[in-house]
Amino acid sequence: MELFHDVKIDWLGKKWYFLGFSLIFSIAGLYSLFFWHHLRLDVDFKGGTVVQVKFAGPPNVDRIRASANAAGLHSAKIEQFGATSDNEELITLAENATDTASLDRSRAQIVHMLTRNYSEAGAQAQGKLDLDNASEGDLLQWLQQNDPEHLGNDQNATIKYTQQAKAIEAYRNNHGGLIDSIGNLSGVADPAIVQALQQGTYLSGFTVRNVEIVGPEVGAQLRHKALMAVLYSLAGMLIYLWFRFELIYGVAAVVAVFHDTIITIGAFSLADREMSLTVIAAILTLIGYSMNDTIVVFDRIRENLRMSRRESLADLVNRSINQTLSRTVLTSGLTFLTALSLLIFGGEVLRNFSFALVVGIMIGTYSSIAVASPMLVAYQNWRAEKKGKTATLPAARKQKS
Amino acid sequence: MRQNLTQKTIFIIAVLLVFVYGIFGIPKGFNGHALQTAILKRIQLGLDLKGGTRLILQVDVDQAVAGQAQQDGQRIQQSFQQNGIAGAEVVNPDPKKQPGVIEILNAPATKSTDISSLLNSQYGQDYSISPGANGQWTLSMKPTVMSQVKDKAEQQSIEVIRERVDALGVTQPVVAPYNTGSYQILVELPGISDPGRVKNAIQSTAKLSIHLVTGGPWDTQADAMQALSGTVPYDSELLESVPGASSSGAPGQWYELTRTPVVAGTDIRDAEPGTDPNTNQPQVNFYLTTAAGDRFATFTSANKGKPLAIVLDHRVREVATIDAEIRDQGTISGGGITMQYAKDLSLLLRTGALPASLTYLQESTIGPSLGVDSIHSGVMASIIGMSAVLIFMLIYYKGAGINADLALILNLVILLGFMGFTHSVLTLPGIAGVILTVGMGVDSNVLIFERIREEIRAGKSAAASVDQGFAHAWRTILDTHVTTMVSAGILFIFGTGPVRGFAVTLVFGLLANLFTAVFVSRVIFEAILNRKGRGEALSI
Repeated sequence: MELFHDVKIDWLGKKWYFLGFSLIFSIAGLYSLFFWHHLRLDVDFKGGTVVQVKFAGPPNVDRIRASANAAGLHSAKIEQFGATSDNEELITLAENATDTASLDRSRAQIVHMLTRNYSEAGAQAQGKLDLDNASEGDLLQWLQQNDPEHLGNDQNATIKYTQQAKAIEAYRNNHGGLIDSIGNLSGVADPAIVQALQQGTYLSGFTVRNVEIVGPEVGAQLRHKALMAVLYSLAGMLIYLWFRFELIYGVAAVVAVFHDTIITIGAFSLADREMSLTVIAAILTLIGYSMNDTIVVFDRIRENLRMSRRESLADLVNRSINQTLSRTVLTSGLTFLTALSLLIFGGEVLRNFSFALVVGIMIGTYSSIAVASPMLVAYQNWRAEKKGKTATLPAARKQKS
Repeated sequence: MRQNLTQKTIFIIAVLLVFVYGIFGIPKGFNGHALQTAILKRIQLGLDLKGGTRLILQVDVDQAVAGQAQQDGQRIQQSFQQNGIAGAEVVNPDPKKQPGVIEILNAPATKSTDISSLLNSQYGQDYSISPGANGQWTLSMKPTVMSQVKDKAEQQSIEVIRERVDALGVTQPVVAPYNTGSYQILVELPGISDPGRVKNAIQSTAKLSIHLVTGGPWDTQADAMQALSGTVPYDSELLESVPGASSSGAPGQWYELTRTPVVAGTDIRDAEPGTDPNTNQPQVNFYLTTAAGDRFATFTSANKGKPLAIVLDHRVREVATIDAEIRDQGTISGGGITMQYAKDLSLLLRTGALPASLTYLQESTIGPSLGVDSIHSGVMASIIGMSAVLIFMLIYYKGAGINADLALILNLVILLGFMGFTHSVLTLPGIAGVILTVGMGVDSNVLIFERIREEIRAGKSAAASVDQGFAHAWRTILDTHVTTMVSAGILFIFGTGPVRGFAVTLVFGLLANLFTAVFVSRVIFEAILNRKGRGEALSI
């Protein structure tokens, strides 16, 4: 099977279309960045508290908000997380106090607010253990205190109850962190224990899945670090390409990759998605990846330059792109497939990371053909005009290998 | 040629075996469960997959510097007394803003040569010393000394935190410096989903000291200041007590204490929870080291009838009159101690005091159920993404597709084996890194295969095409790998936690890919060519 057999596309002839396309996307992204959605930063970058809560049934957002207000958390932001059927909400408290001591309080406040005001079972429970939020340690302690199997206080009791607490914890983890009914625990726990749990514990109907608390200093520090990482990465590429090819190749490649970065970040703004540390990781990966694509084309241009000196530069570059087109499309396609499977099946935690990859791989492939190569030709034409000579491109340094 | 090929094949199989060992070690059995335990023993799951708490703490190193300067100031004061330099006051003017500064005020002008030689001989190494007008001297800690004190404070904090976390029974905790140069500490507590108690235990400085009471008690700070006519003497400090410090039922009061402690936190050898034999209330019993015990015995026998105060974290916990010589033990009981508190406090005293206070900068808690879900979806995405790539290669390159698929699977085995050997931590972004490695790793194969096809199209023989294909593609592959490695390296330097895990898998994957896509794939081609007769076409 073969795609793109002996293609002869005049890529450079379409450079104005490419320029238009790139400009539209860059400007749209930048417009959104500065004037529309701006860039949503996740808690890592801006500081604050985010508590991810999973509910047993569809959550009543109005009720959560009312509970939050009743608990004095007026600035709490409540938004759906993941698909509606996941029944998950993110409760966010902005961090405006620089007092680091209060960071921790916010988590306790949210949990307390949900237990007391939101959960109907919680309001009636009065001192019972909440089986949806109890840790394995809490549960073990409860079992040892209540001793439903009348084992006394010896070693065997500890072993038995530890094993039972572990089994119940495992059951809960495999059911998304929530126990549907205490009676269903009879599959994993002893009947005496299930009976005791039914009397002495309750299900609040929600569970805290993830808590992120970030102090304001850290946020600023990470923003700076992320920016530096991207810049250093671009600089590293430039230096390597300068060393392996010529400066102009490095500049063209870095401009193309920078273009990809801008458009990817712009896409985040347009789609109103959150930038997080993992998204920065994805962008750095994309910088490397997009650079790969560009290098493959440049390598071929360099090779062809050494063999045929008479062909016009535009024709030579066109030929080089066409020769590598099959590879470019195949590789990108396959990497795109893996990124797509991450986006679809990788779960909510990786969603933004995968989104960056999916967008970035497409743009990165496009830019190595439509941005980097035309830039090389444009540079040569400009130099030729200045010197009044025909355009030639340095065939790069002598081969070392 | 043929023998060479056999050698290479043996080499590849040996590599395969070594890395399979890297993944599994020697498993106890060959059923699914035994293999799973074997893998998890070698490749650890990150906090985002197994659940737990990750904390970042800031060490207030300026406090440690101020503490050092204060201690030196006290030693200077003592030397002055021993050398008959009277009237000079040694102070730390602003421990918050200028932690490393000691000032000597009102030094007698007649003794200025003595002072100069004393200061220069004993403190000249650590401080830059400058005399001022009116018998004033200023000592500022040198920057190199200051950073030594800070480094030591960070190191000590890490050791203390590690001991405390271990003592609380957290399994496989991580306590490590974080963000080099910023005096931050990373603490990872697997399996702890509600970190409240552990956090308090970590943060408590547990600075215990015993001082002589020189004045008080007063009911309020204002009363105390009035009694001291407005200023606290430079060698004293004014501290508030917890309720019940002097006798049960007594309210919180203010005491004037000597600034220099008789016994400091480092003098404590052991501490344990106990109960008061008279009231049956929980208390903490602590024991002093032999040297401190001797010192304390001399001190207490010389100061019979005077009150002593036990101070914990700048609060007076216990005030008692010295009845007899005390050698090496004491108790803390005031303030309505619960048994849990007595247990925690003895643990803190046993593990030693923190040299400086800590603040929490960041906390993230991943519930275990989220970890389980993340593993499920990560594995799901990996299997689907990988299968898609493997199937596509088979369809597109037919015979050579098998070659590429073998190389990719070996790539994966080496990557996981690498992680097993280095006991790497697998995070959710790390899993994504594994999948992406497969997607990107296939790039090398595609580059080579496309090149071979080109050569075949140009009319070369199968063997020559393979030869040329590899030769031409090699340079490009090297360039692409280096650039990706650059961005992965920067990610590793700047990234933290899960992101770092991603960078690690990416780098390992790329290294493995150089071997599998270039060397292994080549050997497979040669083996195929060897079997075929001259002029037979290659399935590609």
